[in-house]
Amino acid sequence: MAQHGNTIACQGLTKHYGAVQALRGLDLAVPEGAIFGFLGPNGAGKTTTIKLLTGLSRPTAGRAWVAGQEVAFNRQARRARLGYLAEEPAFYSWLSGREFLTYVGRLFGLGGRELTRRLDELLELADLGAAARRRIGGYSRGMRQRLGIAQAMINRPAVLFLDEPCSALDPLGRKEILQVIARLRGQATVFMSTHILADVERACDTVGIIDQGRLVAQAPIEELRERYAAPVFLVEVEPGEGRLAALAASLRQLPWVARLEVGENRLRLSARDLAAAKRELPGLVAASGLTLLHYELALPSLEDVFVQLVEGETKKPGFSEKPGF
Amino acid sequence: MNFPVLLGKELREQWRTYRFLAIAVVFVAFAGLLSPITAKLAPELLKSLTISAGQTISIQLPEPTAADAIAQFLKNLTQIGVIALILVAMGTVALERERGTAATVLSKPVSRLSFLLAKFAALTLTFAISLALAALACWYYTVVLFGSLDAGLFLRLSLLAALYLWVWLAVTFLCSALFKSQVAAGGLAFGLYVASSLLGIVPQLQDYLPGALIEGAGRLSVGAPADVGRAVAVSLAVVALCLLAAWRVFEQHEL
Repeated sequence: MAQHGNTIACQGLTKHYGAVQALRGLDLAVPEGAIFGFLGPNGAGKTTTIKLLTGLSRPTAGRAWVAGQEVAFNRQARRARLGYLAEEPAFYSWLSGREFLTYVGRLFGLGGRELTRRLDELLELADLGAAARRRIGGYSRGMRQRLGIAQAMINRPAVLFLDEPCSALDPLGRKEILQVIARLRGQATVFMSTHILADVERACDTVGIIDQGRLVAQAPIEELRERYAAPVFLVEVEPGEGRLAALAASLRQLPWVARLEVGENRLRLSARDLAAAKRELPGLVAASGLTLLHYELALPSLEDVFVQLVEGETKKPGFSEKPGF
Repeated sequence: MNFPVLLGKELREQWRTYRFLAIAVVFVAFAGLLSPITAKLAPELLKSLTISAGQTISIQLPEPTAADAIAQFLKNLTQIGVIALILVAMGTVALERERGTAATVLSKPVSRLSFLLAKFAALTLTFAISLALAALACWYYTVVLFGSLDAGLFLRLSLLAALYLWVWLAVTFLCSALFKSQVAAGGLAFGLYVASSLLGIVPQLQDYLPGALIEGAGRLSVGAPADVGRAVAVSLAVVALCLLAAWRVFEQHEL
């Protein structure tokens, strides 16, 4: 059975919206306790997957299992052990944060001291203690996201689905959310979709990469790096010598160069053939007459993996990446 | 199981977002207070208009009675009352889907039937209280301005008006469950309201349509017999069918 040993599993999960094929036979397995980063560009099928896994949407074909039960569209009883944060979480703006959490807690049958204790825990976890009695209408985007995580956690879910929890947040807001997610380690299996590579690297231990409705890779981050990414050479030269472009042009002709990024005085080179690159690159830099300041064979980033798996040589628009090397 | 929690939230929403206050004010002001006052003052107003226009034609107007106040009350309820009702109820379900709050709530152990019934119950209660206040105001001012009005009779015809409004509440509720846009929901509800008024012209249908409730209430107010049994039955069936359809449709929506 597809779900065997995994908290989340999909088998051939397919979803069409009219002529649009949002998901095309997704197979996925997320082990228990993982902080799983579901990574893909905008429109890859991430939100669709989460809506199918939470039973909010109906699959065109395929099956899915969450926390040991097969997911069925609109079967509320099965959601008792799930938590869900939508991409743009919506609340009742006329309620305060504490009132909203109370409402959600009561929907799960919590009450009395148990509910009060849980509210205090979650407001602290989400760092909303000071704003708990303010109306949600006056919350910032980051506060709403944190409230969203808190409401998704209220029932101590075995599985927590977070759809783009950091999208459209400023760096500080993203950091706060990622810290909250990190604190969930050991408490739940977290399924977090994102299009921000750096966030997956910071928060997740396992990653699945989705593109055009299909899973293109899935593994622990380190394993993915080892398995897929070509080694990356970082070269830095004395600025203002003007010959870097010429060197870059000649490097692009070489068969062992997979990808080349050129900065003002820096090169980032992915090699198809590690041995050839190690052997030839230093000599080529020296022969160009440039003054070498820094030379490093670096570990590939998740971005490098992604580029190799999904984007090929050309980056797609709509995909966030880490700032330059 | 969690229906009381859902209902509590809905009632609190009606109160906190001033919806209850707005509806109560509209009903009490337009139907409750203005109806007897308009009935009383209409002949005077007409007279003054005629004089100010400098015309010499004299219009013989009968002395206004409590029945005129009731007729005005029913007219205001079926026009301004229904429009207010459509405007308030059209977003009940549609807005929750459009804003995404429905997905937040329905990803919890909440059945869609409970979700809908709590909303409809809260709306019903809001309009019932508003109508009761309006009826009370109308009855009081009619007694003050016209001398007397049989409370039992007024209660009976107010109940008929309440059933009429309940039908349009249920129809609007169904429209709100059909669409993700509250404007589309309101548009369809209003279209159905107009269509129902047009159907009322057909003699074979007259006795079965909700409009017959108001016709019957009007007849009761002048002491005439009114057979509203068929209209009551059809109206109750329409409410039930609208709720059933809203549930069936909403069950299938992807959020």
